[in-house]
Amino acid sequence: MALYSEKVMDHFRDPRNVGVLEDANGIGQVGNAVCGDIMKIYLKIEKDIVADVKFETFGCGSAIASSSMATELIKGKPLSEVLKLTNQAVTEALDGLPAHKLHCSVLAEEAIRAAVKDYYDRNGIPYDPKDFPDCDSCESCHAG
Amino acid sequence: MIYADNAATTRMSRAAIDAMLACMEDNWGNPSSLYGAGQRANEALQDARERIAACIGASPKELTFTSSGSEADNQALISAARLGERRGRRHILSTAFEHHAVLHTLKKLEREGFEVELLLVGEKGTVTAQQVAAAIREDTCLVTAMYANNEVGSVLPVGEIGAVCRARGVLFHTDAVQAAGHLPIQVEKQNIDLLSLSAHKFHGPKGAGALYARQGVPLVNVIEGGAQERGKRAGTENVPAIVGMAAALEEACAHMEENAEKVSALRDRLIAGLSRIPHCGLNGDPVNRLPGNVNFCFEGVEGESLLLLLDDRGICASSGSACTSGSLDPSHVLLAIGRPHEVAHGSLRLSLCAENTEEDVDAILRAVPEVVAYLRDMSPLWKDKISGKRAFVL
Repeated sequence: MALYSEKVMDHFRDPRNVGVLEDANGIGQVGNAVCGDIMKIYLKIEKDIVADVKFETFGCGSAIASSSMATELIKGKPLSEVLKLTNQAVTEALDGLPAHKLHCSVLAEEAIRAAVKDYYDRNGIPYDPKDFPDCDSCESCHAG
Repeated sequence: MIYADNAATTRMSRAAIDAMLACMEDNWGNPSSLYGAGQRANEALQDARERIAACIGASPKELTFTSSGSEADNQALISAARLGERRGRRHILSTAFEHHAVLHTLKKLEREGFEVELLLVGEKGTVTAQQVAAAIREDTCLVTAMYANNEVGSVLPVGEIGAVCRARGVLFHTDAVQAAGHLPIQVEKQNIDLLSLSAHKFHGPKGAGALYARQGVPLVNVIEGGAQERGKRAGTENVPAIVGMAAALEEACAHMEENAEKVSALRDRLIAGLSRIPHCGLNGDPVNRLPGNVNFCFEGVEGESLLLLLDDRGICASSGSACTSGSLDPSHVLLAIGRPHEVAHGSLRLSLCAENTEEDVDAILRAVPEVVAYLRDMSPLWKDKISGKRAFVL
């Protein structure tokens, strides 16, 4: 069996929404160079809806595919739904990831949350900090 | 397909396949059996032993067949450690960038109370005989240093290290898995006491290795059972694979000089071409290097992505990134030569053999810069570096 599902390979080879969003009003970046993956999500939010989204990722095949899939899952969605996106949903949409690659889907979820938080911060919109746990708490990046 | 991962494994040579097929069809007896069919298998086994021994300047009885290079490494280290402990010596010297077959066995010995000291390998990835001489102690029982590194390709001065060890009365083991069939080996001249090799790295079959132990160096069993291999390695010998190993090694040694000349020219062409990619760095020793090894780090990209995209273009290569190692850390070899994590994740190893052509190299030289540029274009790490937010390492 191949390492990755066809869905993962499709999103890796032909990533959706890759690039920079010049007029983004919410930007989130998680991961670090030492761990070998960094994800950056650009959101253009209009009337509480993700009008546009782009990503940039430094990382392995599953990191790129997870970013691509996650952007697909939130495009056009209201923020209330975006904040409900879980790494499991990203993984399932990709027809699964190898166990040691699950943290890539976690990064995608966290990058999106970080971008939404940035949007809230920029616009002085109140939120519950508990909904936005610090990326540094993620075990994936700190187990090694 | 362009196969550029010969340090991982090689395609079997025609000579090895033919020798194995003939052995499997006509000579399938158990070499320990007394009747004719068994004895004929035994003759094939002993013939292979003589031929392999001749390739490394050893005597046939100094060779023990194993299932792999890893098994040979395990047995060499454990045997030397047992001998050392009987003499009250429990200090072992090695290098920081050995294969895991050596490093993990050393860890095991450390848990038993041995003191293991790993010599630093520096930026080029090598150790000098002087380093070894300075580190040998009264209670050193073994020096184990690889002949050539599997990832970065640097070739160690094993003859000089061997001479130091012999003069100081310390056993010297070398893991020659990457060297056998590619670089000259003369165990007597190089003062090697123990040496490991593996057939599938020189166009022989997988599942066959050998351990050379100089006469007088007692081996300790890793696998207990029957009296095969003079009682030093139980289990019916894998006669067809061993016969294939002999055919492959003889062929590799017969063409060693011409192959090295051809392959190192391809290697240098590849190194020169890849060096033109901005912010990259050659890993390992530019001069004392395996003929087929090319290993680069490319800043701002991750190795697994690189490999997947190269695979799409029909190029087989490998990387020392964490994502290809199955752990969170990148290759211990790249860290040992001083590459920081963020750069070590972006490594690419291309290992060539005599079957590769200039066309292969040119195709690789077209593909790699494109793939690196594509990945950098979507890499926030790269963007931070070109915008000056983060410093370049290379």
